[in-house]
Amino acid sequence: MLSAIAHTALANVAMAGGGDSSHGLPAGAPFGFQVPIPPVVDEQSFALAAWMIWLPVLSAVLCGIYAALGVKSRLPAWTTVAALAGSFVIATITVSKLDFASPVVVHLFDWIDISWSSGSGSAGDQWHGLRANFALYLDGLSAYWILFVTFLGTMIAFYASEYMEEDTGVGYCRFFAGVSIFLFAMTALVLGENLVMLYLGWEGVGLASYLLIGYYYKKPAAVAAAKKAFIMNRIGDLGLALGIYLIWLEYGSLEFGVLFAALQSGSTGAGQYDGWAATLIPWCLMLGAFGKSAQFPLYVWLPDAMEGPTPVSALIHAATMVTAGIYLIARTMPFFLMNKDLGGHALEAVAWIGGLTALLAATIAMAQYDIKRVMAYSTVSQLGYMFMGLGLATSFGACYHVLTHAFFKALLFLCCGAVMHGFGGQLDLRKLGGIRRIPGWGVVCGAMLVGSLWLSGIPGTAGYFSKDEILAQAFISEGAGFRFLGWIGILTAGLTAYYTFRVWFRIFTGPTHFKPEESHAHDSHAGHAGMDGQEDHDFHPHAPGLRIKLVLTVLSLGAIWLAIGYFVGDVWGTQAWIKNAIMHSSAGTGLQLMPAGEHPTLFGFEPHTAMYFISGTFGLVGLSIAYWLHCANRKAADDLRAWLIGRRWIAWLPRAMEHKWYVDEIYIATIRFPLWIVSQALYMFDRVFVDGIGVNGTARLPKLAASLFQPLYNGKLQGYATSMAGGLALVIAWVVWVWMRGSV
Amino acid sequence: MNDVAVSLTQAGEASTMVPITTGTIQIVLLVSAVMFAIGMVGFLTRRNMILMFLCTELMFQASAIAMIAFGRMHLNPEGQVFVIFILTVAAAEAALALGLVVLLYRRKPTLDAEAWSELKEC
Repeated sequence: MLSAIAHTALANVAMAGGGDSSHGLPAGAPFGFQVPIPPVVDEQSFALAAWMIWLPVLSAVLCGIYAALGVKSRLPAWTTVAALAGSFVIATITVSKLDFASPVVVHLFDWIDISWSSGSGSAGDQWHGLRANFALYLDGLSAYWILFVTFLGTMIAFYASEYMEEDTGVGYCRFFAGVSIFLFAMTALVLGENLVMLYLGWEGVGLASYLLIGYYYKKPAAVAAAKKAFIMNRIGDLGLALGIYLIWLEYGSLEFGVLFAALQSGSTGAGQYDGWAATLIPWCLMLGAFGKSAQFPLYVWLPDAMEGPTPVSALIHAATMVTAGIYLIARTMPFFLMNKDLGGHALEAVAWIGGLTALLAATIAMAQYDIKRVMAYSTVSQLGYMFMGLGLATSFGACYHVLTHAFFKALLFLCCGAVMHGFGGQLDLRKLGGIRRIPGWGVVCGAMLVGSLWLSGIPGTAGYFSKDEILAQAFISEGAGFRFLGWIGILTAGLTAYYTFRVWFRIFTGPTHFKPEESHAHDSHAGHAGMDGQEDHDFHPHAPGLRIKLVLTVLSLGAIWLAIGYFVGDVWGTQAWIKNAIMHSSAGTGLQLMPAGEHPTLFGFEPHTAMYFISGTFGLVGLSIAYWLHCANRKAADDLRAWLIGRRWIAWLPRAMEHKWYVDEIYIATIRFPLWIVSQALYMFDRVFVDGIGVNGTARLPKLAASLFQPLYNGKLQGYATSMAGGLALVIAWVVWVWMRGSV
Repeated sequence: MNDVAVSLTQAGEASTMVPITTGTIQIVLLVSAVMFAIGMVGFLTRRNMILMFLCTELMFQASAIAMIAFGRMHLNPEGQVFVIFILTVAAAEAALALGLVVLLYRRKPTLDAEAWSELKEC
């Protein structure tokens, strides 16, 4: 009954907010949301949507059972693929029924439901409650996200069914159980109806990521990378947790529907505190997002995470999990906008950190030799673009780039994985070349070309359009130094084209040469022996099989479809659909930052138009330089590097880039080493004072006391008898003495 | 003391019992004390387990004599009854103790109590 009262209170807040927005908020209403967030509708007809989240759970459980039963076949892969495909189909059905103007809450079961009163129990008490049901929140943003998450999950699980075949058995079950757990957590994160469920998914994807990075648990580097990823993510997770606490304190609820309604009505809901937390919430959420999405201070785990199997890198560390930070900020965009209204700078910080991370990661990617690392830094860089887009208040651009990036980066990773799979774990682009001419590699070459073009933002590709949305916005939105940030983004676009095609030209063009990885460290290919370091003739690369080729083709077609969808938007409706989805969600409120009336111009053009030429030019220049240095005249690249290294004034640049700007070393020097010193000091304190004096000292006291009396127990029967007799004599003497005294 | 004797006489029990004199009781108690002292000194000075056991028996019987003397003094038969119990227990205990001595002798062919001092602390 108590909880019923609390719910009524919360529901009243929700209804009040919902009522306001249904009348249409005038511009300049509390916190000035131009596009109202629609109120929540509870629908019974969406019951099927629950299976989006239950199917991966089912698959994870089944994979665990297979492992226990010792299944040696490909059954876990087919189970996972079927479950994820089922999820995707259900997502498609659900989204097709969904009206973005009215978000739907699908209630699965009551989860957390507590309430209490601050008063004495009379009717006028203020009630506080924490309600977090296991429920799905279906709106444009989550619908958009869940579609590509489940689609790419299905595709990559299908790819992995071939890729992981060497490990058939318990390893195979473990891998697919991990993928299923990941998809379950990601679904909970994206579809969760409240921040607690989002947090559950957030931690769940972190766990799945840890389990899958450490998949080759016998390899120390993989174990270290898994730990690093987990610990770096903890820092971000702390921020998210604090943000959620503050939101609850401030608004008294964690349910999105209630929160958005409260935000729009300008009230702080049933919260206990007022004011100060509003400026702090976005910073906490931002820390969480930067941890999960690998942004500047916390990005170092992502490149190391490439120790995991390549399908994991493609699915978790490129396409889906790392976009969770983007999703978080897009979902909680109203908090950021309110921060801006209150004079805070959270959005500008997001934009700047994103832009600078994009540049930093791109420069590192230019100088790496491990192709998966290049792609990892590229992911960090592209995620930086997305944060820049969010900070520049073009949620549409950011979310659109998430989608295009998910496709082309998954494609690139899967191509890298195919190369690695076929060439004995070789990932060094200096040791591979001319693969294009080896029979059976045409599909990989073509797919990777598509991925590279899309990533480079060459005109006409989907990556070009989505990136331009973000870059052009830098010249439209008002904010600290956004114009300069725009130019940083444009420069990064050029660098992106260079490093992407450096990989492609090095691997696929030029004279054919290859040798397997010396230790076969990444993916063990027991069948391919012979590693004498030369172009050895014992080693035969094996071309990818049908399933890998099929997945690469499908993803290429998907990427191309995204580009076509842009041109014929009205016919295919991709972009219009996305825009519609994002603009009707909580992320869509970002539009309000656009200045009314005329847009600022760039070189006399509308920024979007101008950006088509500027970023296209930069992309093509980067591609051309890559062609010159890594295809047409490879000696020039070596000469250039030698020249740079030979000049004292510039030699630091290539060295620093090859050593990732020494960020890991800086972390070791500034954080790990002091921490080690402190922990050693604490360890000594623990040994000497706590253990030595406190615990062992206390234990020594009885021993000391015992050593005083111990000589009495000499084992001589007569000794004992003497002391007994003596004691008896004393007692008698005492009795006699008392008796004598008493009688006197 | 006389009251007790009278009451017992009136009840018709132990009508033949006559209180002994204080001098007699002192002699008996003295015998008991001397026996006890001999037993204790013997126990403390000898190392032979059988002799030590005999000394404990001596102390035992000394206390039994004291008990008979007091019972006779108070005209109370419980003292004598107790002694019968003590004798029974002593007999059982003698069987047990001598058995233990035999067992110990089988382990180490000596009757010296010092040989069995390794159970001491440290």
